[in-house]
Amino acid sequence: MSDSNQILDEVTQSDYKYGFVSNIETETIEKGLNEDVVRLISMKKNEPEWLLEYRLKAFRKWQQMEMPDWAHLKIPSIDFQDIIYYAAPKKKETLNSLEEVDPELIDTFNKLGISLEEQKRLTGVAVDAVIDSVSVKTTFTATLAKYGIIFCSFSEAVQEHPELVRKYLGSVVPYTDNYFGALNSAVFSDGSFCYIPKGVRCPMELSTYFRINAANTGQFERTLIVADEGSYVSYLEGCTAPQRDENQLHAAIVEIIAHKDAEVKYSTVQNWYPGDKEGRGGIYNFVTKRGLCEGANSKISWTQVETGSAITWKYPSCVLKGDNSVGEFYSVAVTNNFQQADTGSKMIHLGKNTRSTIVSKGISAGRSHNSYRGQVKINKNATGARNFSQCDSLLLGDRCGAHTFPYIDTKNASAIVEHEATTSRISDDQLFYCQQRGLDTEKSIGLIVNGYAREVLNQLPMEFAVEAQKLLAISLEGSVG
Amino acid sequence: MMENYQNLKQLFDGFFNQHINNETDSPVSLSVRKGALEDFYRMGFPTNKIEKWRKTKLKDVLDLPYTINTIDRLRTQEQKSIFECEINNLDTDLFSLLNGWFETSKTTLPQGVIVCSIREAEKKYPELFSKYFDRMASDRSNGLIALNSAIYSDGYFVYVPDNVACERTIQIVNVINATSRIFVNTRNMVIVGKNASLSLVHCDDSLSSFGSFVNNVSEFFVDEGSQLDFYKMQNKDEKATVITHNFVEQQRDTNTHANTITFNGGLIRNDTRVKLAGQGANADVMGLYLVDREQFVDNQVKIDHAVSDCTSNQLFKGIVDENGRAIFNGHILVQQDAQRTAAYQSNNNIQLTDTASIDTHPFLEIYADDVKCSHGATVGQLDEDALFYMMQRGICERNARMLLMFSFAGQVIDHIKIPAIKHRISELVSRRLKGELSACESCELNCENPDSVMTFEIDMSKI
Repeated sequence: MSDSNQILDEVTQSDYKYGFVSNIETETIEKGLNEDVVRLISMKKNEPEWLLEYRLKAFRKWQQMEMPDWAHLKIPSIDFQDIIYYAAPKKKETLNSLEEVDPELIDTFNKLGISLEEQKRLTGVAVDAVIDSVSVKTTFTATLAKYGIIFCSFSEAVQEHPELVRKYLGSVVPYTDNYFGALNSAVFSDGSFCYIPKGVRCPMELSTYFRINAANTGQFERTLIVADEGSYVSYLEGCTAPQRDENQLHAAIVEIIAHKDAEVKYSTVQNWYPGDKEGRGGIYNFVTKRGLCEGANSKISWTQVETGSAITWKYPSCVLKGDNSVGEFYSVAVTNNFQQADTGSKMIHLGKNTRSTIVSKGISAGRSHNSYRGQVKINKNATGARNFSQCDSLLLGDRCGAHTFPYIDTKNASAIVEHEATTSRISDDQLFYCQQRGLDTEKSIGLIVNGYAREVLNQLPMEFAVEAQKLLAISLEGSVG
Repeated sequence: MMENYQNLKQLFDGFFNQHINNETDSPVSLSVRKGALEDFYRMGFPTNKIEKWRKTKLKDVLDLPYTINTIDRLRTQEQKSIFECEINNLDTDLFSLLNGWFETSKTTLPQGVIVCSIREAEKKYPELFSKYFDRMASDRSNGLIALNSAIYSDGYFVYVPDNVACERTIQIVNVINATSRIFVNTRNMVIVGKNASLSLVHCDDSLSSFGSFVNNVSEFFVDEGSQLDFYKMQNKDEKATVITHNFVEQQRDTNTHANTITFNGGLIRNDTRVKLAGQGANADVMGLYLVDREQFVDNQVKIDHAVSDCTSNQLFKGIVDENGRAIFNGHILVQQDAQRTAAYQSNNNIQLTDTASIDTHPFLEIYADDVKCSHGATVGQLDEDALFYMMQRGICERNARMLLMFSFAGQVIDHIKIPAIKHRISELVSRRLKGELSACESCELNCENPDSVMTFEIDMSKI
């Protein structure tokens, strides 16, 4: 017992590995939110009139809305007037090579182990690096352009492909959708835009790294991915954030549209600052992620590994509109100390023979609370719809909580919907077995947790799988007695 | 707000002012009633804005005109004969509630077991009454509980003393037979003493079809080492609304088994909340609902594992046909330090038409780590392969479907411990599935031929 307590202490007391502040000069505007701020953001980004209108409509809607309280979370009241809504690294001259990028920034990336240079040469991953809302460097654009793939920052897309942005912006997550969605629609600063043309199979994994950098800056990302007929893309999103004592708000929107026969695979590793051992600080992460399987035989697959953030409120969803379309959701969510997570998925079956799978693995330790909340909805016309959901929870410690809130609503007689969930801790038998074979407690638990999460980790692309396993190890190894 | 709300308010106020005073009620219940009425006016009827009531729409039924039956002891010879129904081969002590009033005069049973009107118990057994009354229902989580506490007309009171195993099953038939649409608030209390046992059958029936709103709150207290079996059969008319809140509190080493079978009804909602307050307690909460036409059945179950070493098991099954709607909302709460809990929850549904709808929400909320909890929920259809197999053996499709549905329902029926009740319910289920059992018939237990065994029209020569 004392052994494992010691291990638990070591793990829980280990400091946030990626906590550092890089001193990049940032251009910020005054704290607070009103129509003028929305206009200012739009003006600074030189946006067309229709986008400003969209933002203003969203802002007015947001003013009428109330902060949702249905999630199993204790959210301290957030003063939305105490947040800076725009921060951009100061513009330098056009960058032709990596040497021209702010050395501090390069250094930041190096610390994170995602050196642009290295990525560029060795892994073949095109990186659209986002630091505090404005894309600084986009690589591999030329290579991608050869296939007709557009992969750029959101603001660039607004300037260069306004017709695409206008067509798809808000088509999956309308600005009226929810409180944080409306907020994002009003003040989103930047993000990524991706368009895969007809019949193109994207030759590399696309990825963005989000960083929240300047203090007191809410980051409002907006990602839009459009996969045209018969195309395929795998998109990676990975996050780390520096250590701060003040809570930071993050309200992002990710929209995915998959046309006929298209497939989009979206993977996330989220490792933002979760707050310290007393529950001080940490990121508030309120994200709306939704994909629309617009055409027949399309497929959208979400995979997420959530280890960070003080509060996570996130439900990657699929609207299965096209016949025979497929939605998938694979998730590992780890909470420790005073972290709270309310996460899960929504699968809305509209088309015929649509299929969905939900696999969610929650792990809670310390005094944290980890909830799965999901909905499977089979509409009247979704003949032959099929869903399988599995949500397992693992409890490490007797002061944490693991909760499951699934909603299953069916209106079609041919639907087959199955849901199962279990909650348990690592059994003494399993531990004993491993130890008896010569593994120490720490390794045994690592092995068991890894095995427990394997089903999800297997869905991740190679690079991410490695990072995810490390994260699991850092967060939890040996934290049970 | 509902247009009819003011009318209903007037109705409730009228009842409260005229029929509840120092003479009718003891100070204990009077103070509860007054507080509860205020609570009700503050909360109003539950609306769809409350998460747990999101899918139960009361608005339509609350917009209808209602009266409250205030005539105490409305007993006629004719109605008396109606209640002389029996479960075949089962010796029960039968009691009845008519339009919300306790009807039977016989109140004492052998071994000191008491069954009487709750209004009578308030006067005759003030100690018991004040000790237990409103202990759990004081959780005013919605306006209907408050309303019931404020203006309940009557209800049953069952008390089993310590160390008494009540041999005969007690059966209570709650009948609505009125000439207009009535609003009934019944309040029941069941106390099982230490090391005692009780089996109780509660039937909700309608004799008239003018429609009614039955708002029923029951509190069950099961003391150390006791056993309670509670069977509820609901066979109401299609204009009937029944909202039931059952609160169960179990002390250590107790065992309760609750089984709710819903055959027919307009809008039925059964809310069961079990608190496992002593170590070693076990609760089985089961239910079967057969829903068709425009019927609506909502089952809400919350099991609160407040202490360690308790077990619970929920099993709810439903067959939903035509335009029927079924909701299941199961909730297992394991509190901090309620270690070594084992809790299971299962909800299986068969949806037969596209116009039917099934919503199932199996929730787990767990704050302890040494637990084994699982839940499963399914919505599906009859197994095509099994159907094909039977048809290929010469069983007609109708019978094959019936057999499959019957075996689906069987899993719940199998858990009924008293053979006579089990047999009766299985027969009623088969009749219901064949379309022979409708709520318009008189009391379900008074069926014409209780000895008939279930038969299927199978031509054996073809097999």
